[in-house]
Amino acid sequence: MSHPGRSTSRWLPWHAGIVFGFLYLPIVTLIVYSFNGSGVGGFPPRNLTLDWYRMLFADEAIWTSVLNSLVVAIAAMAISLAFGIPAALALDRANFPGKTLFRRLVLLPLILPGIITGLSLLMLFREADLKLSLLTIVLGHGTALISVATTEVFAGLQKLDRAQEEASLDLGANYWQTFWRVTVPNLRLPIIGAALLILTLSMDEIAVSFFLIGRDNTLPLEIWGRLRRGITPEINAISSIIFVFSLVAIMLWYRLRVSAEGKAEIATELVEAA
Amino acid sequence: MFSRAYRAAITVPPLVWVAMFLLVPYALLFCYSFWSVSSTQTIVHTWSLDNYRELFRVNVYLQTLLRSMWIAARVMIFALLLGYPLAYYLSFHAGARKDLFYQLVIIPLWVSYLVRAYAWKTILGSDGVLNTLLQYVHLTKHPLEFLLYSPFAVVLTLTHIYTPFAFLPIYASLEHIPRNLVEASHDLGASPFQTFWRVIFPLSIPGVLAGATFAFVLSLGDFLAPLLLGGPSGIMISNIVVSLFGAAYNWPLGAAISLIMLLLVLGLIFLSERLEKKWSFR
Repeated sequence: MSHPGRSTSRWLPWHAGIVFGFLYLPIVTLIVYSFNGSGVGGFPPRNLTLDWYRMLFADEAIWTSVLNSLVVAIAAMAISLAFGIPAALALDRANFPGKTLFRRLVLLPLILPGIITGLSLLMLFREADLKLSLLTIVLGHGTALISVATTEVFAGLQKLDRAQEEASLDLGANYWQTFWRVTVPNLRLPIIGAALLILTLSMDEIAVSFFLIGRDNTLPLEIWGRLRRGITPEINAISSIIFVFSLVAIMLWYRLRVSAEGKAEIATELVEAA
Repeated sequence: MFSRAYRAAITVPPLVWVAMFLLVPYALLFCYSFWSVSSTQTIVHTWSLDNYRELFRVNVYLQTLLRSMWIAARVMIFALLLGYPLAYYLSFHAGARKDLFYQLVIIPLWVSYLVRAYAWKTILGSDGVLNTLLQYVHLTKHPLEFLLYSPFAVVLTLTHIYTPFAFLPIYASLEHIPRNLVEASHDLGASPFQTFWRVIFPLSIPGVLAGATFAFVLSLGDFLAPLLLGGPSGIMISNIVVSLFGAAYNWPLGAAISLIMLLLVLGLIFLSERLEKKWSFR
């Protein structure tokens, strides 16, 4: 590969360094100050301590909200996959009136600001007289994240060899058996990848949940409530833990994705989703 | 090869679910925007254009919408200025470190929005990390007040959040450029700058458009960063909607504003897709 312009590109690594600094500075600060004995700000950090983590582990309201978030994320994942996988299959192999509208509608929550989806669902639940609770958040997340399941699985389907499914049908398996024994195993990696992404996104989601929350808080909304009352490094501590979990989930997702289809394709698909 | 029953089985359930939980809610948003609230705080299901008249009669709505668009435009420009050279560097010059750098960009993309907005709050506050650092090295004597609770804080935080969104489509479009085109340009005697400007940049325009749309649209509708970091001067249009759905209790008026926002967003996405098609080389 030739290198266009060594002279003009000398500033590029510097620029990249600055952008990475900008992207990571807040995250690093957050983690450092979670060990800071004297509050969330103040330079230099002093009196390093684990007290905030101790306080956090004794904080029942936080752990209740973590549990709520986990329940919501798992239920939302089930809904997104249950409808997102067939939706991807339908987009790949069925023709029906309104297909283009359907595709756009499914993907819309990815690009629309969360407030619009959140409010629209709020009005639906009000008209249906459904009381706001964790259930309404599950319905909201489950619906909005169908987009993620559909995109990931649709990408996997493009690489799937239909001959296997055909052979299965020819050999006398019915569609149901073929789906579970041939289609799904072949889509294993995209499905696991989608599940991971959906879990992470749902655990972090706040804009849609903001409008659909009942009495029980999810973790982001619990943190939000505290932010409005004044801040302590305990919030840094929980944020650092969230960061570590997101990091693990994303790295796992990335490995899956690389083994499924190689690096270059990944960027494209995230984008073509929109 | 797929039977009618199979196709029905994969099509009908998602179609019904999406109609019920996406199409109907968006349609309800439309309906609500023509309804009103009675003095006893119940929704009156009679149709009128009153909400829209109200929006054009009271200046604050239009002003706030324009301010939000200005904030979103700045976020978009900064995200492109940070994202494009980075994507170009990764795609053409990063060599063996390309993969590592790519992962470093997508990690913040999936790290909790709230965590990152909160981090900026702890940095920018008057007792925050930045102000105390500046005083510690004796650059300033008093905390700089404009850092937090200002449009500046909102633009900075949203740029931080949406730069990876702008980066991704640009990077994808750069990766798709056939490398022999670039080599051909060199072989034919073009300078590096000419190669960039006449070959690489035009081919990356679809990615730039997609990235710009992401950054603009998502920041336009944001309400959490302004609530957390914006202060009174950083209020955006979605904050008005939030208050109309909360304490002010005027859902129909809030719905009208949301609908205008929705139409604006859909219009921009449509426009950007048209332009992308025009500029795409395949």
